Amino acid sequence: MSNATLNNETVHRVSFLDKASLHIPILRVLQADGTTYENAVLPVIDKDIANKIYDTCVFTRVLDERMLGAQRQGRISFYMTCTGEEAAIVGSVAALDQNDVILAQYREHAAIRYRGFSTEQFMNQMFSNEKDLGKGRQMPIHYGSQALNYHTISSPLATQIPQASGVAYAQKLKGERNVTVCYFGEGAASEGDFHAGLNMAAVLKAPVIFFCRNNGYAISTPTDEQFAGNGIASRGVGYGMHTIRVDGNDMLAVLAATQQARAYALEHNAPVLIEAMTYRLGAHSSSDDPSGYRSKDEEAKWQLHDPVKRFKLWLINKGWLTEEEDAKAHERYREEVLAAVKVAEKLPVPHLDEIIEDVYDKPTPVLNKQLKELKQHIKKYPKAYPKSAGRI
Amino acid sequence: MAQMNMLHAINEALSIAMKADERMVVFGEDVGHFGGVFRATSGLQEQFGRDRCFNTPLTEQGIAGFANGLASHGMTPVAEIQFADYIFPAFDQIVNESAKFRYRSGNEFNVGGLTFRTPYGGGIAGGHYHSQSPEAYFTQTPGLKVVVPRNPEQAKGLLLAAIRDPNPVIFFEPKRLYRASVGEVPEGDYEIELGKADVVKQGTDITVLAWGAQMEIVEKSCEMAEKEGISCEIIDLRTLSPWDIDTVAASVKKTGRLVINHEAPLTGGFAGEIAATIQQECFLYLESPISRVCGLDTPYPLVHEKEYMPDELKTYEAIKATMAF
Repeated sequence: MSNATLNNETVHRVSFLDKASLHIPILRVLQADGTTYENAVLPVIDKDIANKIYDTCVFTRVLDERMLGAQRQGRISFYMTCTGEEAAIVGSVAALDQNDVILAQYREHAAIRYRGFSTEQFMNQMFSNEKDLGKGRQMPIHYGSQALNYHTISSPLATQIPQASGVAYAQKLKGERNVTVCYFGEGAASEGDFHAGLNMAAVLKAPVIFFCRNNGYAISTPTDEQFAGNGIASRGVGYGMHTIRVDGNDMLAVLAATQQARAYALEHNAPVLIEAMTYRLGAHSSSDDPSGYRSKDEEAKWQLHDPVKRFKLWLINKGWLTEEEDAKAHERYREEVLAAVKVAEKLPVPHLDEIIEDVYDKPTPVLNKQLKELKQHIKKYPKAYPKSAGRI
Repeated sequence: MAQMNMLHAINEALSIAMKADERMVVFGEDVGHFGGVFRATSGLQEQFGRDRCFNTPLTEQGIAGFANGLASHGMTPVAEIQFADYIFPAFDQIVNESAKFRYRSGNEFNVGGLTFRTPYGGGIAGGHYHSQSPEAYFTQTPGLKVVVPRNPEQAKGLLLAAIRDPNPVIFFEPKRLYRASVGEVPEGDYEIELGKADVVKQGTDITVLAWGAQMEIVEKSCEMAEKEGISCEIIDLRTLSPWDIDTVAASVKKTGRLVINHEAPLTGGFAGEIAATIQQECFLYLESPISRVCGLDTPYPLVHEKEYMPDELKTYEAIKATMAF
């Protein structure tokens, strides 16, 4: 038994701690008008990185707007936007090395875009066509790419958290000079896997950054029905973890915190928790209508804290962007996304044979038999199976 | 060949596999310096270091999630769940994550290097939570392999194959036999192919099928039946998923009769799957209904353990009833 980490002082009358005992400030670098706070310590950033960050934000906004529209028209089955949380995602991914491994929840597609996921790849996934890396097996927005070190998204919440600890432990054992970054929402942090994953990373000393998007809601559930403590950050301290809370709508604060978290995780083989305070400006998903559980006034208030606008003002102040360039970028991406939709939705679905591939490394005899029987059935009733009947 | 018990054989398999594969790591509750509550990982931390054989916090979902992460990054994790009864907190990680990792990503990612080892089964006065046989919960999940050895030789060869199989494998170890089963085990490195049943004894009148600790039970039953002139063909299924339909069907086509035995409750147990498949494959060859000798549809009881178990007498009676049908 080792209680060295406890280091308790003793008292001799009852005295309880409460959540206010833990003082957790919010790191803020960028003001609403695009100027930085006096004495603020800026992250490492140059014009190229700044432009890449902004370009990713513009793409993400345009993609979200267009694809939500495409879902409304019935062209894709499902969609989720990142709106309002772009600074949290892009500011953090910009602090990483391309070989750092990302495990995300589902509202972080701006990160895979920053890594180089093409507009065409986004569309192939959403339209489940034969060029989709995921072979059309998962719902839209469940992206993944080995080449971009971005784990394929899965729907069960928080399962990626202990997995991230395992990936980071593997990086440490292999001697890679890389970290793992794990994104999740504040709702997912109520899952048991959050507890399991953070505790394991701390005890087993794994270089992983846990990045929580605290956006105020898990579908319809506000945070005061999600937890009673001092947010998510207070828990990191309980696990013995370096922890910071940042303004998630402040690109420079997120970038600064993540850069230093990465350096710390690498140097000490230890995890770091970042809680980014933000707001989910859009609906939870295309299947959700937030007017049933929150007010327009509340949304309007948060529109004033738009993270993309705040960063844009900083870029303009720096002389690194003009309104004209911004308008052009939006226009260019609108055209590009629309054109990509038109191409992707015309491509056929993956071949029927893919239905039994990748269950195991190779199909079992039972799977081969089931496919054979399925093909015979489809040949008998081709009109009932229009997506695959023509190509068996 | 060397004489050893099943724990020793498992320990040797782990040591051989770790020596051959520097990416392999062994972890779980109490598996580190202590060597596991059953001593299956004894000496591994001393031999391979704390980084490769270590204790985890007490969290099964964490162990399984951590294992998924390690495997997805090219490692060979062999994770221990202390008792199969406690695998359920990890059910989500195993069923929704491990099993679907390759399929859902279009093979961009996989956790093929992963093996879960876990002691299962009754007969040790373990009551509700140290006796269960949860294999059928996992055989219903595409993407997983499920393996159960019956003796030390099988345990070593099947475990080495499971560790090296490019798919996630759940390896159920019959804890009642850990020390009770002693036998000759080949020296060095060898594998027993997964997905292949083992015809332990040839016979002509009836096929008797089981796996794991129940193999010695059915062997006793068959000895009793043989004394009455019934020739039993005994099959150890060994791998439950994917299972060896061909070997079982060929046997039943020869004998015309089948008795299946498992410790787990009858309803929804894996015997149901076998019976349905063999009924379909061998309909014109069957001379009698397929018989299932299983645990009762109750939680595993403590004081009535002996009554609960599908023992040799119950199996013997099923063999005779099947013959007399």
